[in-house]
This record gives sequence, structure tokens and C-alpha cells, in this order.
Amino acid sequence: MTNLLTNENPSGNGRTDPPLLEVRDLSVTFPQRGGPSVQAVRGISYQVHKGEFLGIVGESGSGKSVSSLALMGLLPSSATVTGSILFGGRSLLELNDRQLSGIRGQEISMIFQDPLSALTPVYTVGDQIAEALLLHDAALSKRAAAARAVELLKIVGIPAPERRARAFPHEFSGGMRQRAMIAMSIANDPLLIIADEPTTALDVTIQAQILEVLEKAKSLTGAAVVLITHDLGVVAGHADRIAVMYAGKLVENGTTHEVFADPHMPYTIGLLRSVPNMQTAGTQRLVPLEGRPPSLTVLPRGCPFAARCPIAVSACLDTEPVLLDHAPAAPGVPVAGLGEAAHVAACHRSAEIASGTLTRPDVFPRPEPLAVEHREKNADTEPVLKVTGLVRHFPLTKGGVFSRQIGTVRAVDGVSFSIQPGQTLGLVGESGCGKSTTILEILEMRKPQAGQILIDGQDVATLGRADLLRLRKDVQIVFQDPMAALDPRLPIGDIIAEPLTVHGVKPADRRARVAELLDLVGLDPAMADRYPHEFSGGQRQRVGIARALATNPRLVVLDEPVSALDVSIQAGVINLLEDLKEQLNLSYLFVAHDLAIVRQIADTVAVMYLGRIVEYGPVAEVFAHPRHPYTQALISAAPIPDPEIERNRKRVLLEGDLPSPTEQIDGCNFRSRCPLYTLLPPQKRSLCESFDPLLALHDTVQTACHHSEQNTLLTAAV
Amino acid sequence: MSLLEETNAELGAPDVLVTPQPLGVGVPSGPPARPRSRGRLIWRRLTQTSRFWVGAIVIGLILAWALLGPLFYPFDAFGRDPLNMGLGPTQLHWFGTNSIGQDLYAQTLVGLQKSLVIGLIAGPLGTLIAAVVGSVAGYMGGVVDRVLVWCINLLLVLPSFILLVILSPLFKGLSWVFLTIFIAGFSWMIMAQVVRSQTKSLRDRDFVKAARYMGVPMPKILGRHIIPNVASLLIIDATLGVVAAILAETSLSYFGFGIRAPDVSLGTLLAEGTSAAVTRPWLFVFPAGALIVTLFAVSLIGDALRDAVDPTSGVNRD
Repeated sequence: MTNLLTNENPSGNGRTDPPLLEVRDLSVTFPQRGGPSVQAVRGISYQVHKGEFLGIVGESGSGKSVSSLALMGLLPSSATVTGSILFGGRSLLELNDRQLSGIRGQEISMIFQDPLSALTPVYTVGDQIAEALLLHDAALSKRAAAARAVELLKIVGIPAPERRARAFPHEFSGGMRQRAMIAMSIANDPLLIIADEPTTALDVTIQAQILEVLEKAKSLTGAAVVLITHDLGVVAGHADRIAVMYAGKLVENGTTHEVFADPHMPYTIGLLRSVPNMQTAGTQRLVPLEGRPPSLTVLPRGCPFAARCPIAVSACLDTEPVLLDHAPAAPGVPVAGLGEAAHVAACHRSAEIASGTLTRPDVFPRPEPLAVEHREKNADTEPVLKVTGLVRHFPLTKGGVFSRQIGTVRAVDGVSFSIQPGQTLGLVGESGCGKSTTILEILEMRKPQAGQILIDGQDVATLGRADLLRLRKDVQIVFQDPMAALDPRLPIGDIIAEPLTVHGVKPADRRARVAELLDLVGLDPAMADRYPHEFSGGQRQRVGIARALATNPRLVVLDEPVSALDVSIQAGVINLLEDLKEQLNLSYLFVAHDLAIVRQIADTVAVMYLGRIVEYGPVAEVFAHPRHPYTQALISAAPIPDPEIERNRKRVLLEGDLPSPTEQIDGCNFRSRCPLYTLLPPQKRSLCESFDPLLALHDTVQTACHHSEQNTLLTAAV
Repeated sequence: MSLLEETNAELGAPDVLVTPQPLGVGVPSGPPARPRSRGRLIWRRLTQTSRFWVGAIVIGLILAWALLGPLFYPFDAFGRDPLNMGLGPTQLHWFGTNSIGQDLYAQTLVGLQKSLVIGLIAGPLGTLIAAVVGSVAGYMGGVVDRVLVWCINLLLVLPSFILLVILSPLFKGLSWVFLTIFIAGFSWMIMAQVVRSQTKSLRDRDFVKAARYMGVPMPKILGRHIIPNVASLLIIDATLGVVAAILAETSLSYFGFGIRAPDVSLGTLLAEGTSAAVTRPWLFVFPAGALIVTLFAVSLIGDALRDAVDPTSGVNRD
């Protein structure tokens, strides 16, 4: 990998060998009964050289997955594929399925997004890897294949591979399944690995591990990698070249450095500017990229991005731009060799952008920060929400009729925090750490198993039914998936008015309030009688926010409010949330796994691990000087959309997966994965083994670690 | 099975894909072509199938015939014509007469009325019970769920026919209303199970959670969020339930446990006619024909409805 990087001439002109994969003018259309066909991919051309790492970036529906399925010949038979795909000199589109099968898994292998559905549940993982080997090598004995499978599992970093090879996919965690998929994909030393969103379903810490394994697999086999993703941070650190797709077309293609440092296409510029960067988050507003991609069935004339493009001119509405090299040296030269290592972009105004007459802030100006009125932030004002020692255990039972308890899931195990009016608390952690259970316990408003929940200073355990109903006005929630959170059978006006009906607001007042709320979240009040399916993801989330604000709450619980949205939409929603907080003096409890977004919006951050808070303090301090080794690992695992920073970062990688919350770990429960623990001398380790660390105050931050003063060891070690 | 999944999901992905979506956030984009709402979509699909129209027209004609027919016919169902006993179809007695001289045309109309009334009440009533029990059990869970499921299972294993036979002395002298309630009472269990499992998955959907956290009371959540989301299933069940109820009524009456003399239903007419089916076929053929045509028409509507609601079933499948 490093070899390749250093050898590579930045402009890439040094290549003379024929490309490994050459896609020319590939188009994929899906005919539809009684309607115009869906043009999923419209004439894309790119090349992948031996050992190259190409990142294909695009929003959902941009055609990035369809184009790679076309490579593998895995599209449904109804799809019409035109153009040509040359792989090692052979034209893949002319091969029949039998010939393709010889290439699939042997020379081209694929890693899918969801490893659970990509593995067969009824065979052991070892058998499935062995099968991949035996299929393409008839001379291999079964025993040798099994041994090789174990070896492959070891390469991808699965502990105890001999035992794990005999396990079934459901016994693996998500990260381990993806490792097994990678093991299977490199089993036959392929020339090309296609990875379709391989880390999207995984936590950041696991994502970092998997990307590391992918790099390792690449360097071991020397294969070229095509990584398809929506996450610019993921490609920034790994890809040599980046291809950006929009509405079925390639709109920009260049080396990672070129695309990040000097993008020529407004869409790329918008994407890059809209992604929150963990290092700069919180200091400036995000740049929103409004609108949504066009429908692939009825594409507008001209450039498909024109409707969202702030610098569109009349030519953009007329003709669709083609990919051209806009480098100042050779302006507007048509690319003869199909972008052989050139930096190409499809935009009528790319030349202006490339020459510097149109700067990136000209294209997508950063919105003015809100005039922040400095409110009196008294430390002694009553917190909106105060949680003390909250516990939620679930009994684990076995047996049907006479069930007996065989264990306890410690979902939430003594969590304390408080939120002041007008403040935002970010709750972060991997999935399974108890974030969701914590907020559900708060919203259920029943007596907790142990501990206390105070809302507006009132203990929910002591309140009667009527008081609780009144209290519910003050606490509202916005869910992660805006489609699931809105009843598909109700028009959005009724959805937004629902909290008002509970509190007996008259119909006329409800309608007025709905119009007011729609206006507040940036939607047209005339849309109140439309149904949720008529809206885009970002608009639906705005409806969800409007519903949460209907009763004028004091606290809004935001459960991963942007993680189900496309990158370009996220910035707009985050900005809206920030504006609303200032306008209405709201408090947020913001649950997220994306650290950059938490840094952007939160004032205080609480890091959760296995049902406990391990670090709790002001957001700037925690991110600048993480004291707990888990926080350090989380922050270093989060990708940063900047190739320079990303490649020179020192990473604190966590070993393994989150342990099951049923396990009883003596002493510090992070011990089993702690990178600091392994560096400590034995006498200091005994403290971790025997005593459970409590949150202790260091300056302004509370940290639950015995050795937080030693954490420089970690940065020194990597 | 695909039907069940479909009720949760957005209907008809292909249709939705074609419709252009409004562009831009908060930009009043004028009145763009509005995507069709689900109800309109179903209606459009329904009206495109010829089976629906055949079924609807036939059932319309049958209803009109059963209700208006007696007005244009001189004989009533119970009066005797001593001069024409055991007569085949003639110009005077269109469907003939039975052995004691009662007019079969008039009797068939009255019997059809009764069977239709029982079917049209018992079918939807069974669905209503299923909706209420199923959604309450699925939504509340815990003890309530266990008790209700236990009741459902108990009713499922009880042979309703034998139960009715045993209870029939009690029903003597009670009107057909009790028979209707009885039929409905034994026809809701399977659907209740379906509604219950649907509710269990809907219950964990975010929009139901959101309503709960807003403080919406349970009956309102069921009525506003749960039932509308299984409504398409319920409509189909109610339609097909009419068929099942008419069949149940006729077979019970046929064996003498349902409608009793002097009341007339298609079942009792068939029972009387069976013995004479060979010698005097008109006694059997006309009531049987009326029954078959009715059931067939309702079934056609139910079938068309199912295809309209579930794009993956039947004719919609590629």
C-alpha cells in the first residue's frame, strides 16, 4: 500500500500498462411495466489499474451499486445493460453465466454491505470459505481447503480461528461476519475486490478495524479494490482515486488528493463542504446542500444537478455536460484515453472553478452564524432533565412454561447526567452500549428499577397519571428513521397535530399551529394535507421535528436524527436543529454514533460503554483531550474527510467487539478491550482487574479510569 | 404471506417510483403532479380488474332481485296453492311448487334474503371481533395477551358444529339473530391471530412509540395507528367472511340446526329439496343455483380486492 502510494506519480501519467478493468460507456436501465424505465446508470466510463484503490462515492440512488453489480453480472435479467466492461482483456458483458461464474469469486470477488444475508445460515463459516476455494480449484483436497479456511480467518484477525471456523454465521458478531466475508473474498487471490458499502452497517470502532483488514487483504493479494461508499471520510484515508457519481452519471474522477483539495464539480464541492469534520466541528456552521437527486425515470433536460446547483447557468438547463479535463494547463481538452489518470469533471463551469475565478465559498457559501444572544447560563438553574444512578436490567430467561433466569442483561447500569436549559448533551457510544435503553427509560416515564429521573425537577416515579401527561408536553422525541416514525396512513398535518389532540387543543387552533410549525421547520404550510411518502428523507425528518415541537417542549430527545439521511441532506437538518435550539431555547438530548455531528451540536458529551458513562464533560475538552482510553479509541476511529489528516493520523485501534452485556466482568468492564491496559505494568493492571473505576473529576471532565493520567502512553505507543 | 408483509410496507413500489417528487426543501414548488394516495391507488387497481366488475354487478343484481323481486310476484312464500301441488316450473309458478303447494320462487327469494342478511352481518362482525381482540392482545402483551390467545386457541380447537348441535335445544325459539352471532363468534379466531401478529410488529414501529410517548391513550392508538395499518387485510377478510358465513348458515340449516321452520333460508330449502333432487329437480336446482351464484360473486370481489391491495399476489405477479 505505502509502496504504491510513494511510487505513484501524483498526476498518474507514468502508467503504461493496460488497465485491469476498463468500463466504457456502461448504461443500465430497468424497464417498468406501464411507465418510463429507470435509468440507473447512464454511460459511465472508468478504469481500475492493478493494485489500485478506487473509491466510488455517491448518495443512495446514484447508481453506484448497480454499476458494480453489472460488473459481476449479478443484475436481474430484466435489466438492460449496454456499453462494455473489459476485465483483463475479456469483455464481461459478452460472457455467459457459466463463464462469468469462473471469474466471479476467482478473479473478481465481492464484499456486500450486509454480511448476515451474504453468508448462508445453515453452513459453518469455515465450510463456506472452503467451498469458495474448492469451487475454483478442483485439485484441492477437502482437508487442505479446510486448513486454508482457518488460515484465512487468521489473516483477517479472527481470534481462535480453528474454533471459529466451525461456528455458524449467527454466532459471529457483525464485524466478525464482515471479516469472514473478506476472508472469503481473498480466498482465491483475486485481481479485483469490489466492496459495496462494507462498513455501513457497523460501528465506527469496527469500521476502522474492517478497513484495516481490507487494506491488509489488498496488500497480501495485490488486488485492486473498488470501494463503494457514501462516506467521504472512509475513502479519504484509503482510496488512491475517487469517482463521484450523481444521478447515474460519473460527475468527477481524479486522485484522492485532487478531488479533496481541488474539486471541479459543484456537487463534489457541496458534498465536501456539507460533511461535518470532527476536527473543525462546532466552530462553524455546516454548509447545506439542499434538494434531492432527480427521479431516475423522468430526468430533466440538461445537467441533473442543475436544480440543486447554486451556480447553474442557462446552459446547464439545456445540455448535459460531459466529463472533461479542466486542469488549468489543458483547459477543456476532451479526454481521449477515458480519463487515463486525469482529473475530470462534468460541469459547464468547471473551467472557472479550476482556474480559481469561482472559489469554493463562492459556490457554496457558509451560512452566517446565528446572532447568539448570550443568555444567562446560571449553573444553579434547575436542570431540565436530571438522571441519577439509572438502572435498567433485563432478565435473561430460558425455558417456556417454567422459565428460569439464567442471567441479566445490564443494558443500563447506573447512569447519571443532567441537562441545563438551552444546553445539548451528546450521548455517544457503540451500538449495544445502552444509549437507546437510556432514552427509552426516560421517555417511558415510569419508576426506574433503581435511580431517579427528574424532569423539570419533578420525580417521574412519584407523579400521577394527569401530572405525567402534563409532563409529557415538555419532553418530545425525534426518531432515527423518518419513514418509520411517521404513520403512512395519515397526512402530515394530522401527524404533526397528534400531540396537540392529546392535550385537547381545538381543531382550528391545531390547524394554525401546524401551519406555524411547518413554516418553522422550512416546509410549505400548504403541504399539510400530503402523505409522508410524498416527501424526501430530509423533509420527512423535518416533519418529525415539527411534531416534536408541537407542544412547545423544553427537552427534545434526538435519537440519531440524521444517521438515516443522505450525507448531503444531513447538514441542512443539523443547521435547522441548531437554529431551533437558539430560537426556542430548547434543550437537546442528542444520541448519536457520529462523533463529528456530536461535536458540531453538543455542549456536553457523555461517552457510554456497556451501560455506564465512562467520560462526561464539556464537548471541546473531551474531544481535544480525551482522558478515557475508550474515548480516545472512538475519536481516533472516526474517519475525517480530509486525506492529508487521515493518512497521517495515529490511530488507537480497539481489539475485538463489544462484549455481551450479560457477561460479568470483574473490575473495570472495559478491561477486555482496553488498549491502555495491555501497556500497563502488571502491578498497575491489578487495580483494573479488581476495582471498578468510578467517575472521577479531572479538571472539568469526569472520567471512569484508574489510569487516565497514563493515557499519553497510548499516543506514544501508536 | 406476502399479503401480510405488504400491509406494513408502502404499497406498490413501482407505482410510487414513477411519480415525480417535489423538489427542494421549503420551496413552494407549485402544484406538482401529486403522487397518488394509497386509497386511490387501490381503487384504481380494483376498478381495472374485470373480475371486480363482474362480481360487483352480479351481487348488485342479486341484492336487487332478493329485495325487489317479491314486489313483482303474486305469490307469497308461505301461502299454499292447493290446486298446484308438486308442480314443475310453469308460467304461473316460475320455479314450481313443493309438495304442499308453496311457491318455490317466493321461497327462494325469502331464503336468499335471510342468507344474505346473515352473511352480510356475520362476516363483518367476525372481522370486527378479530380486529378488536387481535389488536388489544398484540398491543398490550403480557397477561392480557396470554389470556386472549388462550381463548382464541380454545375456540379454535372446539368443534363449532358439534357445539351448536349440543346447544341447539337452547336456541329453539330464538330468532336467526342468535345464529348470526354464533356464526360470527366462531369465525374470527384465525384473523385475530393475524391481526395480533401484525400489531406486535407495528407496536414497535417508531410512529406508534411516538404516539405512546406523547401520551395518546391506548384505544386511540389502536384506532388511529394500528387498525388503519391492517385495514386492507380486514376489508378482504370481511368480504371473504361473507362467503364463509353464508356457507356456514346454509350448511347448519341444511342439517336442521340453523334456521328452522317456519323461517326459510337457502339451507332449509336445500334440505327439503335434496330428497326430491332426482324426481322433482326444480326444488333443488333453483335454491342451489342462487346460492352458488351469490357465493361466486362475493368471492370474485374478495379476490379482486386482494390483488388490488397486494401487488405481489395473483395477476400482479410477473
